[in-house]
Amino acid sequence: MSDLLRVDDLHVSFGLMAGRVEAVRGVSFRVPVGGTVALVGESGSGKSVTGQAIMGILPRAARIDRGRILFDDPKVAAPGGNGDQPVDIAALPARSPEMRALRGDRISIIFQEPMTSLSPVHTVGDQVGEALRLHRDVSRAEARELTRDMLRLVGFPDPRRALTTYPFELSGGLRQRAMIAMALICRPSLLVADEPTTALDVTIQAQILKLIRDLQGELGMAVLMITHDLGVVANVAEEVVVMYRGRVTESGPRDAIFHRPRHPYLKALMAAVPRFDMAPGERLQPLRAVAHTPGSRLWAGDAGARGGAPVDGSRPLLTVDGLTKTFGLRKSGWFAAKDQRITAVDDVSFTILHGECLGLVGESGCGKSTVSKAIMRALAPDSGRITFDDRGSARDVLTLEGAELDGYRRKVQYIFQDPFSALNPRMTVADILGEPFAIHRVGDKAWRREMIAELMQVVGLEPKHLQRYPHSFSGGQRQRIGIARALALKPDLLICDEPVSALDVSIQAQILNLLRDLQRELGLTYLFISHNLAVVDYLADRIAVMCKGELVELAPRELIFRDARHPYTRALLQAVPAPDPNRRLDLGALLSERVSDPALWPAPFGHDASGAKPPHLIDLGRGHYVRATHAPQPMEAAQ
Amino acid sequence: MFTYTVRRLITMVPTLIAISVIIFVIIQLPPGDYLSTYVAELAAQGEGVNNERIAYLREKYGLDEPLWRQYLMWAGGLLRGDLGYSFEYQLPVSELIGDRLLLTFVISIVTILFTYAVAFPIGIYTAVRQYSIGDYTLSFIGFLGLATPNFLLALLLLYAANIWFGTSIGGLMDPQYVGQPWSWGKVGSVLAHLWVPVVVIGTSGTAAMIRRLRANLLDELQKQYVVTGRAKGLSPGRLLLKYPLRLAINPFIADIGNLLPQVVSGAAIISVVLDLPTTGQMLIGALKSQDMYLAGSFLMFLALLTVVGMLLSDLALAALDPRIRLEGKAAR
Repeated sequence: MSDLLRVDDLHVSFGLMAGRVEAVRGVSFRVPVGGTVALVGESGSGKSVTGQAIMGILPRAARIDRGRILFDDPKVAAPGGNGDQPVDIAALPARSPEMRALRGDRISIIFQEPMTSLSPVHTVGDQVGEALRLHRDVSRAEARELTRDMLRLVGFPDPRRALTTYPFELSGGLRQRAMIAMALICRPSLLVADEPTTALDVTIQAQILKLIRDLQGELGMAVLMITHDLGVVANVAEEVVVMYRGRVTESGPRDAIFHRPRHPYLKALMAAVPRFDMAPGERLQPLRAVAHTPGSRLWAGDAGARGGAPVDGSRPLLTVDGLTKTFGLRKSGWFAAKDQRITAVDDVSFTILHGECLGLVGESGCGKSTVSKAIMRALAPDSGRITFDDRGSARDVLTLEGAELDGYRRKVQYIFQDPFSALNPRMTVADILGEPFAIHRVGDKAWRREMIAELMQVVGLEPKHLQRYPHSFSGGQRQRIGIARALALKPDLLICDEPVSALDVSIQAQILNLLRDLQRELGLTYLFISHNLAVVDYLADRIAVMCKGELVELAPRELIFRDARHPYTRALLQAVPAPDPNRRLDLGALLSERVSDPALWPAPFGHDASGAKPPHLIDLGRGHYVRATHAPQPMEAAQ
Repeated sequence: MFTYTVRRLITMVPTLIAISVIIFVIIQLPPGDYLSTYVAELAAQGEGVNNERIAYLREKYGLDEPLWRQYLMWAGGLLRGDLGYSFEYQLPVSELIGDRLLLTFVISIVTILFTYAVAFPIGIYTAVRQYSIGDYTLSFIGFLGLATPNFLLALLLLYAANIWFGTSIGGLMDPQYVGQPWSWGKVGSVLAHLWVPVVVIGTSGTAAMIRRLRANLLDELQKQYVVTGRAKGLSPGRLLLKYPLRLAINPFIADIGNLLPQVVSGAAIISVVLDLPTTGQMLIGALKSQDMYLAGSFLMFLALLTVVGMLLSDLALAALDPRIRLEGKAAR
């Protein structure tokens, strides 16, 4: 097969205040006509910069210092080349008419964040059709027609209506579909997909991957998939190029790369990904392991605390019973007479036992964060009870006031998803870690100083960096600061809301290991919220699955993976891409968005004619519960 | 959209009532009233006071009544379209203001156009070519404009216009045209005088607008959708106009609401310095002499224009930005 794209010894550098920084240092690879090549690496490896160089959309501070990007389009004689000669994109000025003619027509790109990649004030039809009107000589009506066809092709249920909708009216999955339609409307020979599914839920991710693969076959285009997710790579790539610090460390056909990784970086990367088939007790191997030091103060229990007496693992620490929360929609009617309400959390009940880690799984919008906020008393539910076992005495969380509420808040702490916005950029780390003590008036100045230094060591950071501000730490380090802050008050319960979703795989492994060690050493109880089942699997003892505000299945970890009964749980499990080419997703068999629509679940799981859900969780024994009208048959036999 | 407009119109009523109370109270706050000021002034000049006339006026305008009744009388008059009677000018307020409104409108609208015409190209240029020599130069000039006191600039320009172009000092036309019917000569004279106030009033606004547009546009230029536009193959110019500028412009549409009252009040201090026959100068005089009806009606008129202007800019924003129009209805 001939090469569509050949990148040859590419060097890209950024001009910064401090001088030039080389982001890409001699990268070479090729993309065959119609083939799929994955460019893999962590953030900062230069993979996205390489993609931008190919598109000619490098930031202004960046410069191609050396190398060639040869693009040889079989369909069209390239406008910049003479005859059959390939075009050297690296030599074309980014703003030249030749490059502009290539961009969006022969080569196009899709980005990670479909919301910010689309203009919020222009309709989908306008933005998708724009490339067509730029590159093709079509009338307005023809363009409209073609745009509608393209929107149908990428799976818009009502393409005619989609033309006049705005991006913010669409779900994340549909936005990314619109983005794909926009990139493909001119039927390019090469699609650069820069982390196209990283911001999406696993079920949507699987659909988008399937869509890209289908369209690739239909349009005969090549795909350069830029990603950090080895699971995605194993499922879509034919060839793999691994980048590390601006250089290619390894490249080759997918199977060779996965079965015989040679470079230590790639081996380490593979060991860092949580998998379903990990042996019990097997640890992830982060690329750069951080040693953390147990501190004497945090471990020394205050009088009667959990540090002393062993905790009774059969008693619940927190009981959530019938939690319901609805949100009102503002209607622009006469004095908002008709009040429309959306049920975010619908009659959710579960318990968290002392010292266990309960995983809470579901797609974005399923209500899992609302549940955690209700537990934190950050929002008031409509009905339901939350009971907290405060060292032997039961407390009704939702009615706590004043000093009792303060006391409760000391015992329940929160770790946030985004380590960048969770820390005040104008406070030093010492101030950030000291704030819990200041708020709850714990200890004197000297004690606090020692405690803060100890907290840094507990999460594997240097106490000498305490006077720094958050911006001088990496994402993983900031997340560790967030964890240290949550540990400061020696809480009983830690709520971790997607703590690793914003982090690279290697950093993710660090944080997961840290959380696991801390739980064991400090006897902590976790509510671990994530959309990623593989991550939850690594930490959780029991897993609860939520969909559209309902709790659909709750079971011990190993039962969920061996014997999931609910169709939604099964769909979630199937949609997680494994970093193993031998166990690829069955993209063809994937259900569409229907799996998350309770109205379409089969009996005995589905809603009845009036739209009411099955009223109870059915006990299947061994701690396994599923929401159904009667006990479903085990499905192991059917598989 | 229709119900929204109607709802907004209804909520304007309590707003205006509240404003009218505040205006009335503030004007009445200093001790005394117009007549006592007037009597004191006459006494200071050693002139006799016509006590009967004072008593008659006091009676006619109910200045002895309790405050709340005075307020009701004034507010009731406003509702019937009666703006009241100016003590100082001895004329109905409506006649007084009407004369000056035209010239005020001319100055203000030319000023606004001047501001836009200068600020937009410079704002866009300084954002797109951030940290270039041009950016630094224009930003420097802009800051100068922002920092120079307006009245100082006014005096300098008046001097320059007089020395170089022989324009008469102060006013909006040569003295021989004042009070004369409109003629081509008068129009020419107005135009010759117009540029000084326009530049003076415009510069500070221009400088502020340049900085705001630059900041807004710089924010938008960082956004991912700009890269998307480039990736489509859009030319830089079309890209700039269609996407980032379109989004950076919202605050300026929101500003339309403030422009409307500005059109009428003009820049009051400047019109005093330049002796412009606009409404702004009259307002200051009325406030100084506690000419209750003139000042009160005038401020009420400005308040009405502000509220209407806000409504117009909100409607314009809703029309231009689908997020504002649709977000409330979207199921999220």
